[in-house]
Order: sequence, then C-alpha cells, then structure tokens
Amino acid sequence: MGMAASLTHDVYQGPPPPLDPGWGGGGDDSEGRGAERRASFTGLFVGLAACTMVFAALTSAFVVRRGLTDMNEWVSIHKPPILFWNTGILLLSSVVLDMSRRALKSGARTKFNVWWSGATALGILFLVGQAYAWYQLRQAGMFISTTPASSFFYVFTAAHAAHVLGGVAALVYVDIQALRLRLGPAKRTWIDVTAIFWHFLDGLWLYLMILFYVWG
Amino acid sequence: MASPSTHTAHHAPEGFIRKYIFSVDHKVIGIQYYFLGLFSVFLGMSLSLLMRFHMVNPNTVVKWFGTLWPTAAAGGIMTPELYLSLMTMHGTIMVFFVLTTVPQSGFGNYFLPIQIGAEDMAFPVLNMMSFWTTFLALVVMVAAFFVQGGAPLAGWTAYPPLSGAGPLTGPGEGMGQNLWILSIAIFCGASLMGAINFIATTVDLRCKGMTLMRMPLTCWTWLVTAILGLLGFAVLLAAGVLLLLDRTVGTSFFLPAGLYINDHIIADHKGGSPLLWQHLFWFFGHPEVYIAILPGMGVASQLLSTFSRKPIFGYKAMVYAILSIGFLGFLVWGHHMFMSGMNPYSAMAFATLTMCIGVPSAIKTFNWIGTLWGGKIHFTTAMMFALGFVSLFVTGGVSGIFLGQPALDLYFHDTYFVVGHFHMIMGVAAIFGMFAGTFYWFPKMFGKMMNETLGKIHFYCTFIGVYCIFTPMHYAGLAGNPRRYSDFSNVAYLAPVMPLHHFMTYAAYFTASVQLIFLFNLVWSMWKGPKAPVNPWNATTLEWTVPSPPPFDNFAGVHPVVYHGAYEYGVPGAATDFIMQTDPTVVPSSGH
Repeated sequence: MGMAASLTHDVYQGPPPPLDPGWGGGGDDSEGRGAERRASFTGLFVGLAACTMVFAALTSAFVVRRGLTDMNEWVSIHKPPILFWNTGILLLSSVVLDMSRRALKSGARTKFNVWWSGATALGILFLVGQAYAWYQLRQAGMFISTTPASSFFYVFTAAHAAHVLGGVAALVYVDIQALRLRLGPAKRTWIDVTAIFWHFLDGLWLYLMILFYVWG
Repeated sequence: MASPSTHTAHHAPEGFIRKYIFSVDHKVIGIQYYFLGLFSVFLGMSLSLLMRFHMVNPNTVVKWFGTLWPTAAAGGIMTPELYLSLMTMHGTIMVFFVLTTVPQSGFGNYFLPIQIGAEDMAFPVLNMMSFWTTFLALVVMVAAFFVQGGAPLAGWTAYPPLSGAGPLTGPGEGMGQNLWILSIAIFCGASLMGAINFIATTVDLRCKGMTLMRMPLTCWTWLVTAILGLLGFAVLLAAGVLLLLDRTVGTSFFLPAGLYINDHIIADHKGGSPLLWQHLFWFFGHPEVYIAILPGMGVASQLLSTFSRKPIFGYKAMVYAILSIGFLGFLVWGHHMFMSGMNPYSAMAFATLTMCIGVPSAIKTFNWIGTLWGGKIHFTTAMMFALGFVSLFVTGGVSGIFLGQPALDLYFHDTYFVVGHFHMIMGVAAIFGMFAGTFYWFPKMFGKMMNETLGKIHFYCTFIGVYCIFTPMHYAGLAGNPRRYSDFSNVAYLAPVMPLHHFMTYAAYFTASVQLIFLFNLVWSMWKGPKAPVNPWNATTLEWTVPSPPPFDNFAGVHPVVYHGAYEYGVPGAATDFIMQTDPTVVPSSGH
C-alpha cells in the first residue's frame, strides 16, 4: 500500500510546500481583482481562438470549394473599390483607439473620451461602408447565390461584420461608462479587452482582403 | 505556514427568480443543466423504444401512433420516414443535450469551481447565458416535431444532399431540418460560451497551492473537454451556417449539380461538395466523442481512487493521456469517411493516427486497473458504476480498433456493428459516468444520501441490460445488417438475425423500465433521503470540505489553501487513510 503510494504519487514529507506563485495556483492575486483581470484576458484569448476556428473552417471550405471548380467554373467577382477605403477606416479606428488608451494612461480623461468616441464612430463608419459595398454588388447583379466566389464573399464579410458589431457594442459600452464618469479600475479591463478584440478584427480583415484579392 | 484567508462573502441573491431561474450561481446552473439533460435522456430514450418497437413489429397497428402522427403514422402504422425522424432526433438529443450537457456543463459547472477552490466560475453572467442559450436550443430542437412535415430525417450527422436539398427529399426536410440546423447553431454558441468560462476559470481562479498537477483528474478532463468544445463547436457553427444558406438562399457549398430527387431534377445548385460537409462535420464530430467520454474518465478516475482507498495509479501519466487523447482527437476525423472514396494513403494515415489513440486510452485503462490492484475496494453504487464505466469503455474501445482499419471498415461501415460500437463507448459508457457522478456527488448537491439498495438493483439491471442490447448488435453487423432501415421483416438474408432484434428490443424495454428505479431513487432521496455529512466517502478533494450543500460562495468567505495532491489515500504515517487537500498536517517520513 505504502509502496503503491510512493510509486504513483508525490507525498509531501517535509514542511508544507511553498505556495507556487505561477499560473494562478498560489499567487496572492488569485483572489480579487487581479484574478478577475487575468481571467478576463484568458477568456478573451480563448474567445479569439474560437473566432479564429470559425474563420479557419470557412477558409478550408473556401479552399476546397475553389479546388473543386475545375473547367474554370470559379469566376472571380469584381470587388467594390470601397473595400480599400473601409480597410483604411478600420485601421485608422485602431490607431485612434490606441491614442485613446495612451491618453488614459497619462491621465487625460477628456482626451480619452474624445479619441474613444472617434474610434467608435470610425467602427460604425466601417460597417456602413461594408453595407455600401454589398449595395454596390447588389446593383451589379451579384447576389450571394450567383457564383461560388460571391457566396464566399458575402459569408466572409457577414461573419466579419457580425464580429465587428460585437466590437462596436463593446466600444459603445465603454464610451457610455466613460461619458458618465464611471470608468473605475474594474472598467480598465473592459478597455483593454475591447481594444485587443478590436485590433484582432483589423488583422482578421486584412487576412480576408488578402484572401479576396489573391484567391477570390 | 500560509493559512486560509477570509474576506467578505458574496451576498446571496434574494427572490425566487434570481435564485433558481436566472441564477448566476454555478451550482444552480449545474443543477439546471443536470435536469435539462435528465429530461432529454428520457425523451431520447422514449424515441429509441419507439424505433425498437417498430423494427420488430413493423405491421402492428398502434392507434395512438395515428393520433400522435396523423400523417406520418396514418392508420397507426409508422412510415419509414417517421422512423428516420425518430432516429435523427434520438441521436441529436442524446449527443448534444445529454452526452455533451450533463458530464461537462452539469457536473463541471457545479464542481469545477469548488474543486479548484474558487467562489464561482470566472464569468457568472456568461455562465447563466450559456445555460439559457442551451435551453433555447433544446426548445428549437423539440419544436421540429411540431412543424409541418415533422422532424428531419438526415440523422445526427445531417449529411447533404439529404439535409440540404429541401422538402423534396422527405417530409421532415422542410422547416424541421431548418429548425434542426438553427438549434445546433444556437447550441454551438452556448457551448463556446461555456468553454470560455471553463478554461478561464481553470487557468486563473485556482486557489493558493492548487497547482495544475494537484488538480483532481475531473478538473483536467473538464479543461481538455472545454478546449475540444471550443475548437470543435466553432467549426460546426461555420458548417451549419453554410448548410443553412444552401437550404435557404440557394448557395451551393455542399450541393452538387444534377441531383435527381423524387422525380425532380434539382437545377438550383451546382458545384458543391457533400464531402466538404463530411470533413467539416467530422472535424467537430470526432472530438465530440471525446467531449462525451472524457468527463466520464475523470469521474471514473476520481471514484476508483476514492473507493479503492489508494492514490490514482500514475497521476501524471493520466494527465498526459488526457492531453494526448484531446490532441489526437483532432487528427482522426477521416476514419468516419473511409467509404467516401478517400485516397487509400489518406485512409492509412487516418487509420494509423486512430491506432495511436489506443495508446493513451490503454494507459488510462491499465492505470485504472493498477489503481484497483490491491486496494480496499468499497463497493458503493457510485463505485459500481465507475467499474461499469471501465468495462463498457474497454468493450466499446476494442470494437473501435476493428472500425479504425480501412479494410475492415469497408465491410462494417453502416452496419449494426457501428451502432453497437458507438452506443457502448459514447452512449452507455458516458451515461455510466453520469450515474457514477450522480451517486457520488448527490450528497453534496442536495444534502441527502441516495438509497444504496435501490442504487445497486438499478446498477445490476442496467449493466446487464445494456450489454444485452448492444452486444448482439455487433453480431447483426457481422451478418451484414445495415443500419438506418426501419423494417427487415422481408429481407431474406436477415431472417436469421431477426430473433436477435427481438431480443435486443425486449432488453431495451427492460433497461428503460429499470431507469424508473433511478428516477424514483433520485426524487425520493431529495426529499426523504438521510441527511448527508460533509464528507460521506472520506474523500480528499475540496468539495468535501464544505457543507452539503455548499453555501452560496462555496467556502463561506474563506479562501482555502491546498497542500496536497488530489488522491492522498493510504499515505504511510498518516493518522487516517486519507489526507484532505487542505490538510496542513506534515506527514512524517516513512523512509521512502
């Protein structure tokens, strides 16, 4: 019995072991706000992994579907040039968002509010621009079921827009909190999480643009 | 020495709705998931009984069939389409709303935070949302029975073109199939929210001293299951959206040109690939098998150690086996598609990787046996079900080795051999894990003890019953009996296996009936069972340090501190044959 215990398991035989500060299981901040903040970031990155998997699945469907279309059935669609403007707007919103965070770090709360509101407005403008791109495609007679390329274009842009909509909701939430002067330390986590998510959406969009223009 | 610190306890919510309906308390949410699963398992089981009845009595008129399904069972005789819809809903409800829901979301929600010494999950509101989203998914799924045409026919795997080409393919393939896809998409959302919570909680909210390698194996399995769910359900969500678009707006992701269905040429689609769906589906579908079974493995490990009064044999090996199974689970989806015209070299790669999963699975099995070896085994009902889990896992796992060989699978594919295999390993093994968990944790969850005599009667009847149902299926499969057909009575070459089908049907009636013993025991014990002490099993993990049931914030304002691994049983020199994880006592050296 004792043999089994020693063979299969570490038994503590000295004084109680020191508390391991690493990975939550021990540090003093495994309690309270520090842990909450860390958990928020973990939750965010885990959520980003899920988002990445959704787009990875769609990409693999895209690659397979494109590969199936021998005999030149795959016809690239003419993509509205406004997409480049939208790309610029989205990237600019990220820059403005970071200027806003820097302002907050240096204690300039009013500047923070202005920049953050600006980034939010740019985010909404991006969505309007995307809607206009769809409108232009529609005017050109290019609907979701018209060609495989148009199907994927609509699916990818819609999936991205759904994520951007979530991001805009978070931006608006922080904005409202800031304007009502309720931006306590707990809300700082919201700011960082929202900003990281927003930057992720930038990267995702750039990836989609490359996909559309190189293979689409 | 560090001592447990105290802090102001969370205030418990007041009012019935906040406390029991829209609760953010992980314990209430865990119980909600448990009862959602309990409802679903009885619903799914009833559907299977109807199928088994029809299979051996295909021409018997049952009046109430005609009342329930005026079109699909006109005159009281079930149509093959109705049989297929029952099969689809049985599989879907069991896989998603029972096997995915109870072991992970039910027990995991209730016990993960307590076992790692946390007050609650990392995101309590998200947790509540994920339960109610799951509930919505179940409502949408069940609604498929009540729309025009009834429930879908395409099976839980929803292969296109059947699932994608619309109402022409069959009565349930209109709104019923749309609701099915919608329900699964909602379920994916709920599972993703749940996975985020499980991972963040495990990574960041462990109490002082609870290092990863001191976590109970249940927590490891919940963590790895959450990772599988996170990666798998995201892919199923994407695939589901594409399938819904094929059905509703006329895209052609999965539907090829030239489909000829029920005397109609389908001209709206061209160029899509049904195999693309299979790849995407099984990329989720195979990890789903492990989503169902891993938490059961955790429960079995926990119970075998506790009731053998021995440390789990090879704790670290168990952890690495869980991680390996999780990792390899994503590399073997192709073994569900050997018959799809797959390149034999790809099939060989998938077969080899499939065999590799046998290694960590065998490690786990040998370690369970090693844990039992020489132990002072306490045959409680919970332990019996854990032993039953090991038995069923081995039986179901061994037939998986046959199916994982492309050459053999060419023969076995779509026969009852497959049905026997996956019911053994994914169905009843996982359900035995749930029974084991129920008998083990019921005292903590409800503050009462379950009746052991009723428990044992239920165990023996169920154990014998499930073997009687599913073992003969392997023989039927060997005889070439195909699955998914509703009636074999006029098939000459299957006449010799019809007595087997009769036997399986009677075994199914018997096994289903004895589940009423469990239901009675569960409900009766909740009200009338003897009061449960704090630690009725003399177990070591943190849930056994708090009252039964635990207070709102689990540890009544105290932050526990952990000094030991999760399975310190029979430690030489210790005063008792178990050392609680929170016990700061120094164990004297025993000379090892």
